[in-house]
Amino acid sequence: MSAWLVVSPILVPLATAALCALAWGRVPLQRIISLAGSVTLFVCGALLLAHVGANGITAAQMSDWPAPFGITLVADHLAAVMVLIAAVMAVAVAIYAFGDIAPERERFGFHPVFQTLMVGVCGSFITGDLFNLYVWFEVMLISSFMLLALGGTREQIDGAIKYAALNLIATASFLMAVALLYGLTGTLNMADLALRLREVEQTGVVTTVAVLFIIAFGMKAAVFPLFFWLPASYHTPAIPVQAIFAGLLTKVGVYALLRTFTLIFVGDTAWTHGLMLWIAGLTMLAGVLGSLAVTDLRRAFSWQVVAHIGYMIMGLALYTPLAIAGAVFYLVHDIVVKTNLFLGAGLARRLTGHDDLRSMGGLFKATPLLAVVMFVPLASLAGFPPLSGFWSKLVLLQASLEKEAYVIAAVSLIVGLLTMWLVGRIWAELFWKAHPVADPQGTAAIAPGTRFALVAPLVLLSAMTVAIGLFAEPVMQVAAAAATELMDPAPYIEAVLGKGEPPPTAVVGLEPAEVRP
Amino acid sequence: MMHSLILQTATRMLIALMLVFALFILWRGHNEPGGGFIGGLIAAVAFALHGLAFGAKEMRKLLIADPRTIIAAGLATAVVSGLFALFKDGGPLPFMTGAWYITYTETGEKGFAIGTPVLFDVGVFLVVVGGIVAMVQSLMEEH
Repeated sequence: MSAWLVVSPILVPLATAALCALAWGRVPLQRIISLAGSVTLFVCGALLLAHVGANGITAAQMSDWPAPFGITLVADHLAAVMVLIAAVMAVAVAIYAFGDIAPERERFGFHPVFQTLMVGVCGSFITGDLFNLYVWFEVMLISSFMLLALGGTREQIDGAIKYAALNLIATASFLMAVALLYGLTGTLNMADLALRLREVEQTGVVTTVAVLFIIAFGMKAAVFPLFFWLPASYHTPAIPVQAIFAGLLTKVGVYALLRTFTLIFVGDTAWTHGLMLWIAGLTMLAGVLGSLAVTDLRRAFSWQVVAHIGYMIMGLALYTPLAIAGAVFYLVHDIVVKTNLFLGAGLARRLTGHDDLRSMGGLFKATPLLAVVMFVPLASLAGFPPLSGFWSKLVLLQASLEKEAYVIAAVSLIVGLLTMWLVGRIWAELFWKAHPVADPQGTAAIAPGTRFALVAPLVLLSAMTVAIGLFAEPVMQVAAAAATELMDPAPYIEAVLGKGEPPPTAVVGLEPAEVRP
Repeated sequence: MMHSLILQTATRMLIALMLVFALFILWRGHNEPGGGFIGGLIAAVAFALHGLAFGAKEMRKLLIADPRTIIAAGLATAVVSGLFALFKDGGPLPFMTGAWYITYTETGEKGFAIGTPVLFDVGVFLVVVGGIVAMVQSLMEEH
């Protein structure tokens, strides 16, 4: 039965998407199906994490084709945690969408496409096959492009074109890298690759392929200097779409980097991970400076998405068990906080009627309770103790000091300080300052049903941020377990390929002599 | 849409041929090159040709169902085809494991065989037909 538990993160949203699409034209029914599907996904995620905690890494061979011939799905701590947290975001966003999605967008298929996006996201987390990962990236790209363009305003189409064009470059480079890797080793099963790549003599070619993967996944994760599509497009679509994009999509890129650069490309860590350390520092700086330079609230948050990707890449680049654990912790923390911030920004816009910080204000007087709820993600973003952002930054800082990487430690501290400045500014402009035109109405002015749909996800996610902060120990234990699995790939490989000699691959790779002129 | 007698007359004959050929390719994909994707493309081209000759409205009538419903039905079919593995002999096997119905001749040789991979291909076929026709339809309606 464990094989079915492993496939459930793909199966549940896929079935939900199909049911939503079958209910085309009946929007209320679609909403219920979408929410029920998201809750089911959450239950499956929780069961999967419990299963992995009890039984270790679990692999499932689809269609009963043995690895490396068939498609393998693998659930380890990292994958299970990511599925679980993605499911929580799906639930929050599905509820928020009840209150804030234009009816015509719903009629044009918001719910089925949203669930298809979840198929792509969860599929990327759970797959153990590099080409299969490419397929899930495509599923994500197509559905996210549809969600971006849904509604069809001029601004949206502009953002969607930039998004699609730049992401297609990333996809092309991904495909190229996959092809080269297949040519070198004759396999695309990740566990099998990990074994076979050790035998490849042309380390130069392997490093080149690794850099291609850094480009492909880095563009998805929006790292320096490949992040320009993100601030250009993320603020354009509907609020729930923005929130799920900001929360999940870039993190899939980070996840893919974490997976491939701990399992497959570990031959020349001095070069690949050293490169990523530079990327991490520059991403943090570029992101935080960008966020300080804009006055549009959601643009500022978009730049913050970029800045905090830098921290996770930093954890991967340091490549010690503590640093990887810190990166995993940071992933969990950041997904919750970013989704929460964008949902909050949507509500603030609804109340003040504006996106630009200069034209907003007076929210503290209008809704003190909302201000408290919004304070949590903002403070966590800046890393105030005891919230989740503090612990994740602390672990990464400790890891960098242990590895004597003082430059990146200093950069991360400076970026933290600048983020605090941004948070202070947002707090002053949004909550303390009087509204320049007229005092905004409180949430009491919104119809009760809609109000619940808009506020409940904010409360849920803020409570999660507080909980992760107060009970950091269990979260850290899971992150440490994930890091242990990532740093020592042997159990992963054994779970996929079984014990003993790996079976021969279907296509024998090129002999080194054939490649050389 | 163009009002061409030649195209309309030819389409009436071609469309039946193309749809039968699409089904043949779908079935052929079972053991030889072919399958749901390419079969679906051929069927979608047949509908698009009908749309060119008689207009988007007629094409929509020919399809009976809404193209989006066809996509949804295809997705559901594909998912269901993978669920057969749950009820196979020997306990629940992994998702998408093929379940087969095989007839045997009197001498004990394998005869006709049908299984869930075909059902999966039918799902793919429907998704492709629905997807392409939906695109063609929205392009035609712009004019």
